[in-house]
Amino acid sequence: MMDINILMYLVPSLIMFGCGIYGFITRKNMIAILISLELMLNSVDINFAVFNRYLFPDQMDGMFFALFAIAIAAAETAIALAIVINVFRIAKKVDINQISKLKF
Amino acid sequence: MDSVGNIILYFIIALAIIVFSVLAVTTRKILRAATYLLFVLFATAFVYFQLDFEFLGAVQIAVYAGGILVLFVFAIMLTHKPGKESEPLTSEKRALGLSAAVAGVAVCGYALFSYGQFCVQKLLPAGDYSIEQIGKALLNSDKFGLLLPFEAVSVLLLACIIGGVVVARRR
Repeated sequence: MMDINILMYLVPSLIMFGCGIYGFITRKNMIAILISLELMLNSVDINFAVFNRYLFPDQMDGMFFALFAIAIAAAETAIALAIVINVFRIAKKVDINQISKLKF
Repeated sequence: MDSVGNIILYFIIALAIIVFSVLAVTTRKILRAATYLLFVLFATAFVYFQLDFEFLGAVQIAVYAGGILVLFVFAIMLTHKPGKESEPLTSEKRALGLSAAVAGVAVCGYALFSYGQFCVQKLLPAGDYSIEQIGKALLNSDKFGLLLPFEAVSVLLLACIIGGVVVARRR
């Protein structure tokens, strides 16, 4: 049988990050952009945990980095969704190419 | 040498991560994108469980799947008509996004695969990741203690609560 090596965790995480980049550029809906952002943050958290577990298994620093990143991502998402709801209340739409009140 | 069940579980998790993250950025219904994001987050939690980080996996499920996803679903319900699809992508925007994503993945993948000594790295026996150790490290103020970032995150969450109330309040 085979061993699960470190690369086998990093490749799905890399593909997740690529999907996040693609969605972040192509999506027009603000909530969909936030979903792509969550994908990118999540893949970085996986990398922290995997490097911690494989390279320095008797320490926990990567795990704590992932823990604090999760907390900060939660705070950031809550604020961003509050802003999205407020923008929808003012402009009645959430697509970034239709919201142009702040332009010029 | 890993057990067969562990390897089968790994392949299920990796396949779920890849398939659902591709679906989450390509589907045109926004509520489906949020559901696929939920599956990706669950698969990530299973990655943490497989790496013996039980506390991190529990936090992932509780905060992401339990908290953030509910926020997403509520925001979608408040701002979208049900069943409405987003308009199809223009080809130049899709080409731009695809080229940026493929370029980034290619550069990072080349860096990963060219640094070959990673691949032979075996999974070493796990250290002590018990809740007791985590609590002692989080509330410790010596050289490797994490009391300062812990308190800073608590202030950040307070600022986030106040900011959320102020921004979303009806005037």
